[in-house]
Amino acid sequence: MKLYDVTDLAIRNLRESIFRNSLTTIGISVGVASLVAMLSLGIGLQQLASRRLEKSGLFDTVVATSRRDLRNFREQREEGPPPAESRSLDEAARQQIAHIPGVVEAYPDIRFVTDLRFDGKPHLTMVAGIPFSAKNNNDAFDGMQGSFFSSDASPEVIVQRSFAEELLAITPKPGSDNTSIAELAKPLLGKELTMRYAERTSSPSLGQNDSAAYSVVSRQQVLKIVGLTDLDPDSMRGMARARVFLPLKLAQNLHVMPSNLRDASASDSPSYTSLSVRVTNPNQVPAVEDAIKKLGFNAFSIVDATRSMRQFFAVLDGFLAIFGSLALAVASIGIVNTLVMAILERRREIGIMKALGASDADVRGLFFAEAGAMGLVGGAVGVTLGWAIGRLINFGTNIYLERQHFPSAQIWSVPLWLVLGAIAFSIVVSLISGLYPASRAARLDPVQALRYE
Amino acid sequence: MEISGPNSVAVRTENVCRHYQMGEALVRAVDGISIDIRAGEFVALLGASGSGKSSLLNLVAGLDRPTSGAVIVHGTDLAALSRDQLAKYRLHTVGMVFQSFNLIPSMSLLENVELPMRFAEVDRRDRSALARQSLERVGLSGRLSHRPMELSGGEQQRASLARALINRPKLLLADEPTGNLDSRTGTEIMELIHSFNQSLGMTVLMVTHEQTLAEKYAGRMLHLADGKLVDDKANKIELEPVRPPASRGETQ
Ligand SMILES: Nc1ncnc2c1ncn2[C@@H]1O[C@H](COP(=O)(O)OP(=O)(O)OP(=O)(O)O)[C@@H](O)[C@H]1O
Ligand SMILES: [Mg+2]
Repeated sequence: MKLYDVTDLAIRNLRESIFRNSLTTIGISVGVASLVAMLSLGIGLQQLASRRLEKSGLFDTVVATSRRDLRNFREQREEGPPPAESRSLDEAARQQIAHIPGVVEAYPDIRFVTDLRFDGKPHLTMVAGIPFSAKNNNDAFDGMQGSFFSSDASPEVIVQRSFAEELLAITPKPGSDNTSIAELAKPLLGKELTMRYAERTSSPSLGQNDSAAYSVVSRQQVLKIVGLTDLDPDSMRGMARARVFLPLKLAQNLHVMPSNLRDASASDSPSYTSLSVRVTNPNQVPAVEDAIKKLGFNAFSIVDATRSMRQFFAVLDGFLAIFGSLALAVASIGIVNTLVMAILERRREIGIMKALGASDADVRGLFFAEAGAMGLVGGAVGVTLGWAIGRLINFGTNIYLERQHFPSAQIWSVPLWLVLGAIAFSIVVSLISGLYPASRAARLDPVQALRYE
Repeated sequence: MEISGPNSVAVRTENVCRHYQMGEALVRAVDGISIDIRAGEFVALLGASGSGKSSLLNLVAGLDRPTSGAVIVHGTDLAALSRDQLAKYRLHTVGMVFQSFNLIPSMSLLENVELPMRFAEVDRRDRSALARQSLERVGLSGRLSHRPMELSGGEQQRASLARALINRPKLLLADEPTGNLDSRTGTEIMELIHSFNQSLGMTVLMVTHEQTLAEKYAGRMLHLADGKLVDDKANKIELEPVRPPASRGETQ
């Protein structure tokens, strides 16, 4: 029989007992729906986690420092030229590093400990400059209160939660809920902080070759609080992490005297203590690190944790798929049942077809096509249903997150491969379920079938 | 299939047996029957109930395989055919008609008649026209889209004749085609079968209970009893050939 006729007859037969076949198909739909819902949540969570991790800057950032930094002398002794001869981390070096393949940007790390006055009271803290690009790349700024810097050099600051608590003299009580970030922001946004710092200026009286000569001038800068973050944008820095953030250009323009004297004395041209090098993808970190080392600098990064995360999610998705498939397995028993019933009911019809000249393959194909059609329809309906269930869970979760003052998150994702894969899987499962009924129908003895009244 | 002259052998059975093991007892439904049926013959198969008529017919139809002996149709030993080849044989060489009509209730008459053409993979565009023609030949052109249940027994049997003939078989096997019909309708069906036998030169093997019908239409009568052939006699029939030979080329 031609494919058209097999399909046509199969659809006719399915319509003949539409109620029973619909129930079976609904069974398949529920199975597929549970599979799709489970997997869409698994995939969504994975995407959420990797988005968060990538934006944390933990795994896509390499920190480059000069080998002249004497603090590292002992550790670096075995490799590279002696520290005294190695290159200084100046603007030329920064541009060279920025051009390494896979590097998105390389910007100087400007961080210093200084005194910030608020309401006349001094608060000592680490201050860091952050590039304007961090607005979209650092997850900490996604859910923040207020706004990001208006420009790359505006006299504005974003403060981190713990500093805000210090400014407002709030001590977080252990056990109880933290003061919400919105409440912290209310009295602070728009207020001013006065930063006192020491500016280093090169002495014009001395020769150009001797740029190591400089003078120190005490200055102060008024800064407006524009934003407040809950998460820590500077988590990579561990103990040295800053709690107050300035626009990077502004921080550079201030020429703050480095807190570490050796950095200052070793420099023969304006040079940076360290550079943050952001790469496009955590996978590229080792290669970029090597390239930076080849250029004669020290480089360090946190090992790629996304790999083990991906492993974890592969296992999680596997479990979710198994649980989701259980319902489909139950549904496939429904297909076997329906088709075996159909054989009993259509015994005579099968006998007639065989007497008219239908081959075993014709009869088998007919039952296969019926199973496949139920799988196809069940799969398509199931994917839609699963998609809706996933959406609903996502919606509910987000209402919960909102109540808890968390930023909303997309924990559900239905990629095209999941849609097509689920439908294909449904058809395959249905065909496998049709295997036994189809071969049983094909083997039916026509004489017996026709005798049966 | 190669040898099909008017006097060649269409069906030959050689000591064919079909035994059923029923627990301890062995039922000899067909027990060593040897017959030769020439192409174009109209043969009636008579005998008491349980004498093995249907069993023999099913063996010739390739629906069943003999316990021993051979069934040779137009030179082909059916025992040598695979299941698939046997299906092809039923599809192209044999047309079958049953006592209970055996039309598929969910299909219209046209669809029922088209069904064997689906198995034969006849081009979809030609099927409808061929099925109409065939239904027209049995006088049912006005009932194409009716379901079998909406028709009388005689009409159903005519539709099933149209279906049996759709793939132009050489052999028409009928198992009590008039058994469920009143005598007038039965006669109509017999007239039709007789006309096809005459006009298409089709070999007919027909099981019947009715001696009178057999005597009227069949050129030869075989009597079975307990699975054995007990009588084989020629019959002089007074009927005229129904159709002019011109219509022969149309289907043959
Ligand atoms: N599948 C079977 N198993 C056991 N015995 C069978 C089977 N099929 C037929 N028989 C037996 O074989 C014998 C012949 O049966 P068959 O149907 O050929 O008779 P028949 O001549 O066609 O009778 P009827 O005129 O009533 O149709 C009967 O005794 C029947 O019981
Ligand atoms: Mg019988």
